[in-house]
Amino acid sequence: MDVWTFLEVAAWALSALFAVLIIADWIRIDSTYDEDVLTSSREGEIEALTEEHR
Amino acid sequence: MAQTDIASPVADGMVHATKVGLVRVLGPAHVWALGVGIVLVGEYMGWNFAVGKGGAYAALIACWFAGLLYSCVAMIDSEVTSTVAAAGGQYTQAKHIVGPLMAFNVGLYLVFAYTMLEAANALTVGFLMETVAAMAGHEGLNPQPFIVLSILFLAWLNYRGVLATLNFSLVITAVAFVAILILFLGTAPWSDATPLRHAELMTDLPYGWLGVLAAMHFGLWYYLGIEGTCQAAEEVRSPARSLPFGTLAGIMTLVIAATLTWYVCVGLMPWEYLGQSGVPLFDAARMTGSTALLVLLGVGTLFATLASANGCINDASRAWFSMGRDHYLPAWFGAVHPVYRTPYRSIIFLVPIALVFALGAPLDQVVTFSILSGLLGYTFMPFNMIMFRRKWPLGSIKRGYVHPMHPVPAIVLILLCAVTFFAVFLGYGTQLIAMVVFYIVASLWFHLRRYRYVKRADQFTMPWPKPQGY
Repeated sequence: MDVWTFLEVAAWALSALFAVLIIADWIRIDSTYDEDVLTSSREGEIEALTEEHR
Repeated sequence: MAQTDIASPVADGMVHATKVGLVRVLGPAHVWALGVGIVLVGEYMGWNFAVGKGGAYAALIACWFAGLLYSCVAMIDSEVTSTVAAAGGQYTQAKHIVGPLMAFNVGLYLVFAYTMLEAANALTVGFLMETVAAMAGHEGLNPQPFIVLSILFLAWLNYRGVLATLNFSLVITAVAFVAILILFLGTAPWSDATPLRHAELMTDLPYGWLGVLAAMHFGLWYYLGIEGTCQAAEEVRSPARSLPFGTLAGIMTLVIAATLTWYVCVGLMPWEYLGQSGVPLFDAARMTGSTALLVLLGVGTLFATLASANGCINDASRAWFSMGRDHYLPAWFGAVHPVYRTPYRSIIFLVPIALVFALGAPLDQVVTFSILSGLLGYTFMPFNMIMFRRKWPLGSIKRGYVHPMHPVPAIVLILLCAVTFFAVFLGYGTQLIAMVVFYIVASLWFHLRRYRYVKRADQFTMPWPKPQGY
């Protein structure tokens, strides 16, 4: 196996690794936390604490 | 980056009592990196097709007029976004200033422009790997694993947190920009031994002024994406300071990079060749005969491509997230990761879409769809700006930045957009019409089907004063 063929295989393997890392964490988070918490972000709520509009 | 699990029942003993939102950790340098990072790949490739359309001088005229167009975009965005400091950028601006249907359209423009550009960047990474392998004597390298890896690695990085993502962008964007400066200095234009041959290579306009008009289409490449800085609005520590500073520093950086790129490339290659080159800056480095410059510009090309894809994932996911949070799309997309504080479901959802386009669509079609979506977004901005100043005149709301000479930038922007639409129509009329039809159908779906699920209380939560005359 020459270096370029090795790089192709390594790229596939790393791609699979990143996909697994993302999906595993996604499943863990969605099964651990309540949906209301995960979707509790509201536009401007932090803004209301840090900026004061006249 | 904050790694605290703010919703942990262990941490505060109050199960799921804490709200989860994006985190404010970014500074002006990250805003600069986001904007310039998305764009700089356009200096490394793409802009030179303007040379093919109208010759070297046409590309310079397009560079300056497109620079004027984007300076207007940067000034308008700086004023409005320093006030509407929320994720979604121009989508959020449109929602507050124009109305829901405009906002839905602008949101789609943003998501498509950035996702298509991400796909184009991934395709380019594959092409670069193929080219390097061929130069090393290995013909027939399969680019697909490198395309997939670039998308999945950057998606993972974005998933893990915005600070690490934009620190990565900051470093690789700075390297890519410095590479252009070093190439310019390496050609030593002040010296008699310079390889630059402007006197011999420059010609008159080969296709006349029509060629200049046609060159405007690819002139956008010099700056396409600088407006992406607005997507960081909800994650910067000081929106009123960081957003204008990062955006305006970004457009200045790009005007310098674009002009130097044009100057070096047209001095090294005849316009007939330059107009068809796949990687003009890399080719320019090759023409100097310096191995060090060749390696530097090769690295710069790869870094610019990765920085662009990285910024595109960041921006597309924020726009999609904002639409989900407002219920313009299913609210499921409005989720924030409780540990990494990123819009993780939006990031994940856009990965397969980018992969489909990167692996299954031709590069020029992907890029054209991205440009056209961006251009539609710029066309909305002048109307947005004029309505913003009318509804909230100076003094009625706190602004981080007030752009000068209003309404001149808005008028100049709409005129330049009209010229560019005509230029795009000359080369890609069918795609332009097809895309407008697509957005009309999407608008009808939103108006007739989707908007019934949107509650006013869900989409307008920012504590703004009422507009004048309301």
